[in-house]
Amino acid sequence: MTEFLQTPSQTIGPFFGFALPYEGGPELVPGHNPLAIRLHGTVFDGAGAPIPDALVEIWQADERGILPEAQGSLARDRYTFTGFGRDATTLAGDYNFTTVKPGPVDGKAPYVLVTVFARGLTHHLFTRAYFDDEPDLNAADSLLASIPSDRRATLVAVTDAEGSYRFDVHLQGDGETVFLDFS
Amino acid sequence: MTDQPETQATISAEIAQLENTRTESGHPLRDYPPYRSSVLRHPTHKLVRVDPEEVERTSPAFGHTDVNVLESDLTIQHSGEPLGERITVFGKVLDGDGRPVRHQLVEVWQANAAGRYVHKRDQHPAPLDPNFTGVGRVITGDDGSYRLTTIKPGPYPWRNHLNAWRPAHIHFSLFGTEFTQRLITQMYFPGDPLFALDPIYQSVTDPAARARLISEYVHEESTPEFSLAYRWNIVLTGSKSTWMESEHDHD
Repeated sequence: MTEFLQTPSQTIGPFFGFALPYEGGPELVPGHNPLAIRLHGTVFDGAGAPIPDALVEIWQADERGILPEAQGSLARDRYTFTGFGRDATTLAGDYNFTTVKPGPVDGKAPYVLVTVFARGLTHHLFTRAYFDDEPDLNAADSLLASIPSDRRATLVAVTDAEGSYRFDVHLQGDGETVFLDFS
Repeated sequence: MTDQPETQATISAEIAQLENTRTESGHPLRDYPPYRSSVLRHPTHKLVRVDPEEVERTSPAFGHTDVNVLESDLTIQHSGEPLGERITVFGKVLDGDGRPVRHQLVEVWQANAAGRYVHKRDQHPAPLDPNFTGVGRVITGDDGSYRLTTIKPGPYPWRNHLNAWRPAHIHFSLFGTEFTQRLITQMYFPGDPLFALDPIYQSVTDPAARARLISEYVHEESTPEFSLAYRWNIVLTGSKSTWMESEHDHD
């Protein structure tokens, strides 16, 4: 039997900016959508410096907790929710998505799957952004429960304005984000 | 501290020290000091192993509403022919069972034949080519296949250390049927003399895994008087739990 072995990852490098970001990438829904939320944050390195050449992707359920199957993430029609977004960090290391807050999937605490790529990062990192206004569902979540309390907060997006959640990512150092291995 | 740039000999000695470091899955080490930019950009805590939920076991759908079929030809995006060696890059995207990853998005980007990227932060004093941007996309076929027409990228210098040069490569971005299979990587060309010297290529410390990043020249697929062909198959294994389930499906 032939073995099908994983193709190794390689860093995204510094020069993806003309290729991967696309118009509408960070706007999963238009800002005027009544359900629109802002999910944003800063990506930091181990010295606490913002990373200006990271790429952040999100994938999530819709407001009902249903994973979208519709095409159209790259060429949005402004009505169909496709669940996928992509944003390159700014010179200040910031990313900004306009999306909806996902509903609970199978009754579990809702979260957005966050994937981070960067120059200097040889293999992307996965994490989850849970929401701070879901205390009951979060308390029942098995992943959150398994994380020591001093690190648990790194997985929770914090309300910083009405309809706005902040989720910073620390690749290393103080407040290093909990990254996940699904293999 | 010194401002003298480090030499290839220093970097090569560090590469040799880490050679054959065992990793699960054949992925590169995230903590790989010969690649200096990795030093402050890798987590120091062990990743937390968790079973994928439905979110991670699904993936966005892309299709012909997202990607024009012409985007797979990087040589026709401008009014004239780009300079360089025209090539065809083709292959299949497969999962860990060897099943095709159907109708899924492949994105590529690369330097031009002179080793220059169309990116404002690329300061390499090699010429830009007005007829080459170096960005392509394709949706895989029913059998997981993709096919791109482009030009062979040149090697280019970078500032990891003194006289650091990247082997010629094409960046690939891939999606699987589940988000756990997400992959960004680089495809290389056979026989490149820069392989041994390059800390990015060598960040994959398992030599057999590293070799899977190199395409193969396939003469039968070359088009007479038009282009040379390179085959590169990509395997996205994803999470073992899904793989096990799918094996049972085949019983």
